[in-house]
Amino acid sequence: MTATTLAKEAGSAPVASAGRARRTRRRGRIIAVLFVLPALLLLGALVVYPVVFSVGRSFFDASGTRFVGGDNYTEMFRDPATLKAIRNTTIWVVVAPALLTGLGLILAVLVEKVRWATAFKLLLFMPMAVSFLAAGIIFRLAYDEDPDKGVLNAAVVSVHDAFAGTSSYPTARAREGQGLIHGADGSYRTGTGVSPGDSVTLGLVGVLPKDLPAGAGPAYAAAGRSAAPDEVRGVVYLDFTPGGGGRQGEVDRRESGLPEMKVEAVRDGRTVASTTTASDGSFRFPGLASGAYTVELPESNFAPPYQGVSWLGRTLVTPAIIGAYLWIWTGFAMVLIGAGLSTLPRDALEAARMDGANEWQIFRRITVPLLAPVLTVVFVTLVINVMKVFDLVYIIAPGPVQEDATVLATQMWLVSFGGGNNQGLGSALGVLLLLLVIPAMVFNVRRFRRSQR
Amino acid sequence: MNAVRRGLGNGLVQAFLVVIGLIWLTPLAGLFLSSLRSAEDTAKGGWWTALAAPGQLSFDNYSALLKNAGIIQSFWNTVLISVPTTVLVVAVAALAGYAFAWLDFPAREPLFLLVVALLVVPVQIGLLPVAKLFGQLGLFGTIPGVVLFHVAYGLPFAVFLLRNYFAEMPKEMLEAARMDGGSEWRIFIRLVLPVGRPALASLAIFQFLWVWNDMLVALLFADSSSQPLTVELQSQIRQFGSNIDVLAPGAFLSLIVPVVVFFAFQRHFVQGVMAGSVK
Repeated sequence: MTATTLAKEAGSAPVASAGRARRTRRRGRIIAVLFVLPALLLLGALVVYPVVFSVGRSFFDASGTRFVGGDNYTEMFRDPATLKAIRNTTIWVVVAPALLTGLGLILAVLVEKVRWATAFKLLLFMPMAVSFLAAGIIFRLAYDEDPDKGVLNAAVVSVHDAFAGTSSYPTARAREGQGLIHGADGSYRTGTGVSPGDSVTLGLVGVLPKDLPAGAGPAYAAAGRSAAPDEVRGVVYLDFTPGGGGRQGEVDRRESGLPEMKVEAVRDGRTVASTTTASDGSFRFPGLASGAYTVELPESNFAPPYQGVSWLGRTLVTPAIIGAYLWIWTGFAMVLIGAGLSTLPRDALEAARMDGANEWQIFRRITVPLLAPVLTVVFVTLVINVMKVFDLVYIIAPGPVQEDATVLATQMWLVSFGGGNNQGLGSALGVLLLLLVIPAMVFNVRRFRRSQR
Repeated sequence: MNAVRRGLGNGLVQAFLVVIGLIWLTPLAGLFLSSLRSAEDTAKGGWWTALAAPGQLSFDNYSALLKNAGIIQSFWNTVLISVPTTVLVVAVAALAGYAFAWLDFPAREPLFLLVVALLVVPVQIGLLPVAKLFGQLGLFGTIPGVVLFHVAYGLPFAVFLLRNYFAEMPKEMLEAARMDGGSEWRIFIRLVLPVGRPALASLAIFQFLWVWNDMLVALLFADSSSQPLTVELQSQIRQFGSNIDVLAPGAFLSLIVPVVVFFAFQRHFVQGVMAGSVK
């Protein structure tokens, strides 16, 4: 531009100013070079040169002294740890961008329907400001396996228990030789035939007095009551006298009943009646036909408590980390898609509404096709970012599970610096990462050149 | 009838979004409440139990953190890394962006295409070669080393963004300034920078957050005396659980700065991240 302006000026005084124009032009070029030089030097020394160096280094062995050709690249697909990284990165690339784009699209459409859209967008976008390290610590906390510490397992366990119920006495057991038979499934039952009119006492041990349900009362009085001719009565009690002094196999005065124990009356292998013990541990099966019964405490009384899901165990660690990634990036997808949404022609949407299309049809037939370019940009952006994911995996996966969660970027780190010390293979992994983003590089360059025309 | 159905549908949408919002808020609330509890309380039960027992909550962990020399040192290191990086990236990229947009020099077009191509180059590929280079230059393990690396890898996007922004400036404005005999330097300072302020602000905020939140680069290039907060906390993560009274408030300290920046400069931040998404 400078050149054209100067050339026009020069036209008015052709002879004298020609030399001056050339001088000015040269001076302009020198200034221009001074303007770009710092950037070019930094880019050349710290970005371009390392790319060239890494490509070269990837053809040498671990110590960098021997040329090994493509060995590092074939090694990559033989070494189980690196293969695992390639597999996990593939899972990431297949799952995360699609989920994020879908979720972002749904939320972007829905959030326009509420009045507090701005607040919602801010909330979901905020994790973009948070470092992967902090997000990693946040999710290490949330994914903690102990349902008393990890909020996710606390939720899972409470939902599970609400539907499946909890057992009250996971530690309870009967003493050997006191008349109770331990079933293979974990249940306890009386050995001898019990007939209507009988009273039974079922003594258990192994429950700490502090673990007794609140309101548990002494079983002594209930144990003394006799049964009517058509019923079976009994008491389930803790055969242990606090402070000692009780006799084994008998209900002593200070021994507590075990409330809320499930009890079943079984005849010929079929459960004919079931009930739950009262606060003093007593139960009764009224109106039984005469015959021989077995009184059984089913195993659900003794099942160990449900412990939730092992989020950061070997199988679920990658999905769990992807979950944390969704927390960070959903807001990004939503806001970018939302920006695209606001540029859609309102007339088309209104016309469709006038024609009686419902919201789903509008979404499916008009919104999504018109948004396709924006969705592509979001998707491609996420793919590029997902391929380079490092910090989150490094932080969230606990030490022993690291190798199950490893992705290309973490593997490259481990191989080069984290003990592997094989800089040949490390460089090859770096080059692989670069090769994976080359389509995006070409895409960017093409898009830019097109925009310049 | 239709209105009733729409009302009902809207109610469902609201409920769904409220649930999503709560899901998004819960992990953060968990971190904050955990940072206010003692390690013993955390070992006994989840942070939500503190909602019923607010007596557990105190700022003791934070006052302990302020006396923790390692954490404080690394916090200042984070500042000393991210502020100079931001200033340098913006300055170097503004000069180059202006030159690429309006000045004439050899190989201008191919060089700019190179910058565009470098946009997506993963940081990983630079780690090993630059570590060797810095080792020879005595920059390895120092704050200037970390800063230089960040500046270099922040430049492609920064130059790209600013060149495109500056290119939108009206040509007449620049020509008028040149007619008045202003040198390129004066034009740059007096005209280009003020006009480019929105883009410079978005870039600065984006760059600041990017570097503030970085762990990977500092993990390699910083040593124990120059490491930022992220690396300091990362080094303690092996004992996760037993030292939650350091990790939780530390993580909160590390995220509160960017979150405040985010809420203070929402518009610039969102624009910066959007533009930067091509990275």
